[in-house]
Amino acid sequence: MRFELTPRTNVSPVMRALAPVAAFIVSFLIAGFVIWLMGRSPIAAFEVYVTQPLSDPWSLQELLVKATPLALIAIGLSYCFRANLWNIGAEGQYVIGAVLGSWLALRTHGTEAGLWVLPLMLLLGIIGGALYGLIPAFLKTRFGVNEILTSLMLVYVAQLILDYLVRGPWRDPKGFNFPQSVTFDPSATLPPILEAGRVHYGAVFAATAIVLTAVILGRTLFGYRLKLTGDAPRAARFAGFSSKATTMSVFAISGGLAGLAGISEVSGQIGQLQPSISPGYGFTAITVAFLGRLNPIGILVAALVVALTFIGGESAQIMLKLPLDLTQAFQGILLLCVLAADALVSYRIRFVARGGGK
Amino acid sequence: MLSGKIFGALAGAAVVALAATGAVAQPKDKVKVGFIYVGPVGDHGWSYQHDVGRQAIEKAFPGKVTTTFVESVPEADSERAIEQLARTGHDLIFTTSFGFMEPTLKVAKKYPNIKFEHATGFKRAPNLSTYAAKFHEGRYIIGQIAGKMTKSNTIGYVGAFPIPEVVAGINAFYLGAQSVNPNVKIKIVFANTWYDPAKEGDAAKALLDQGVDMLAQHTDSPAPIQAAEARGKFGFGQASDMERFAPKAQLTAIVDNWSDYYVARTKAVLDGTWKSEDVWGGLASNMVVMTPYKNMPDDVKKLAQDTEAAIRSGTLNPFKCPVIGQDGKEIECKGKGALSDEQVLGMNFYVKGIEDKIPQ
Repeated sequence: MRFELTPRTNVSPVMRALAPVAAFIVSFLIAGFVIWLMGRSPIAAFEVYVTQPLSDPWSLQELLVKATPLALIAIGLSYCFRANLWNIGAEGQYVIGAVLGSWLALRTHGTEAGLWVLPLMLLLGIIGGALYGLIPAFLKTRFGVNEILTSLMLVYVAQLILDYLVRGPWRDPKGFNFPQSVTFDPSATLPPILEAGRVHYGAVFAATAIVLTAVILGRTLFGYRLKLTGDAPRAARFAGFSSKATTMSVFAISGGLAGLAGISEVSGQIGQLQPSISPGYGFTAITVAFLGRLNPIGILVAALVVALTFIGGESAQIMLKLPLDLTQAFQGILLLCVLAADALVSYRIRFVARGGGK
Repeated sequence: MLSGKIFGALAGAAVVALAATGAVAQPKDKVKVGFIYVGPVGDHGWSYQHDVGRQAIEKAFPGKVTTTFVESVPEADSERAIEQLARTGHDLIFTTSFGFMEPTLKVAKKYPNIKFEHATGFKRAPNLSTYAAKFHEGRYIIGQIAGKMTKSNTIGYVGAFPIPEVVAGINAFYLGAQSVNPNVKIKIVFANTWYDPAKEGDAAKALLDQGVDMLAQHTDSPAPIQAAEARGKFGFGQASDMERFAPKAQLTAIVDNWSDYYVARTKAVLDGTWKSEDVWGGLASNMVVMTPYKNMPDDVKKLAQDTEAAIRSGTLNPFKCPVIGQDGKEIECKGKGALSDEQVLGMNFYVKGIEDKIPQ
């Protein structure tokens, strides 16, 4: 016995829309079964993972805080992935954006610098991320170097640059020689949207990026070009679209948005530079982009869902004493189920009996 | 105007009164204690030992305390986890890594009635204590053992990050070795991680390849000492007793003993006597404990025991003056006969005889 995947000829939109819902239900059932095996109540776990965080204003806020960098980076990545270009280095672009933006914060620290600091920091963040994203794009278009490898390896370079800066020249002179910069002045701090809240303006940037992307992808020639380059590169060439220009522009966009996420996170959340400024947002965002099927609204939903699993996972540790590994396993199960559901909607499984014939 | 002033004064008095009631804590019947760990609870090193301390609290006050932990919390994303504990009824919260300093401070300001304790930091508040241990005392002892036992006259050190605590540990280790073996050489590798068995093991193997036969470590997994065991060399357990991972190689281990401290602080909250403090305990207060000296000749064992007793009684300080810097110049002695606490806590230089440079 072996099985074959044959493409379904006409897939109903209803099926497509229901696929992720079914995936969620299946992954919750699997996770619930594991929790039951561990001798805990799956109902209580669902309550702690999903119901409570979604019904409490505090955790709803935290959800937005956590989803913000994920959505910003993932929406950028969707440009690359749509064009079949594999930018795996968003984490590095995030770091370099944060570093370049923070440079201004540290330069103006302790001075009476005014309102211009913050916008310029954000701009530097975008430029830093975009330039860093352009390195693998340049290497690919000029020398044909595989962008997966270069973008990934540049992540480590970026992290080491940050590490060097906070241990060396940018270290807080009054910080007992610990590797961290001074805390940013108020003029260099991205303010919360609501006073005393934790949701900073990064959330607005993410929302704007999502709306703009929806318009660009759906309504502009550039959006069409991406789709064509990804789905039918030969046709794109015949249509006169330069694949080099596409490569450079999508890497710049995706790097720029990752850089914006980086500087927003550092100036809005952390408030200083330190050796680690991301719990792997750049990599998690890859999952988010695919969970959201590279669709702007889908990415928004996916970012919120992934943020929910993080927050719910912490609650589960605190309230139910469920281990962290379970949360990580659950994230994996969820991604697998969504991808499997998509595959099953687009393809039919056929069991083929072995033997006979050739 | 006058009424405004009076109102202002009244409001001021009210604030003071409020603050006072907040400061004078009432005894409690039940206490909920929360922990934030930077690594997995099963790292068999740093976080593992904090968890041993957590379990000691549960044992010490049966029926009176409940404890919670959140493990592997990334430092850049820890504020939410700390606040989750604060919001779920915890009265006392320990955050057990340096990187949690700013987030702990932020959350502590927001929840003035909850007690916070931050390990290895230096920022305090009326409801935020700091605590740390003088591990360099233990490192001086293992330095002496290594200096005595080395045959290749080269000893190795796997460090996590070149932060002051680790640098002070390296210096204490080397000063100990030098005190019994003036010509001993040291090789240092930074793994740039607190916990990553693969990286730590690679660093250890690189050192062993360079002829090191005594291996000290300031990273949290047993990987380095296991590498020493596999090559028939010697090492020292870090944070917890690692004898079961390296029965032939472990000469002794420097154990972080947080249990006594955690029990005492929990009791203070139960009694209503908790105050914000800065505690830096060592061998004398049992915050640093040496496991039995094994796999070594009797004279080395005797030396180690004597040194331990001398540090415990206060007659020996690993950083007794004069301390000579790498450039051969004497380091200014800001304490009484030894470097001051601030100098040790912010140590950013290697002592004479170490040939490496601190990575910047």
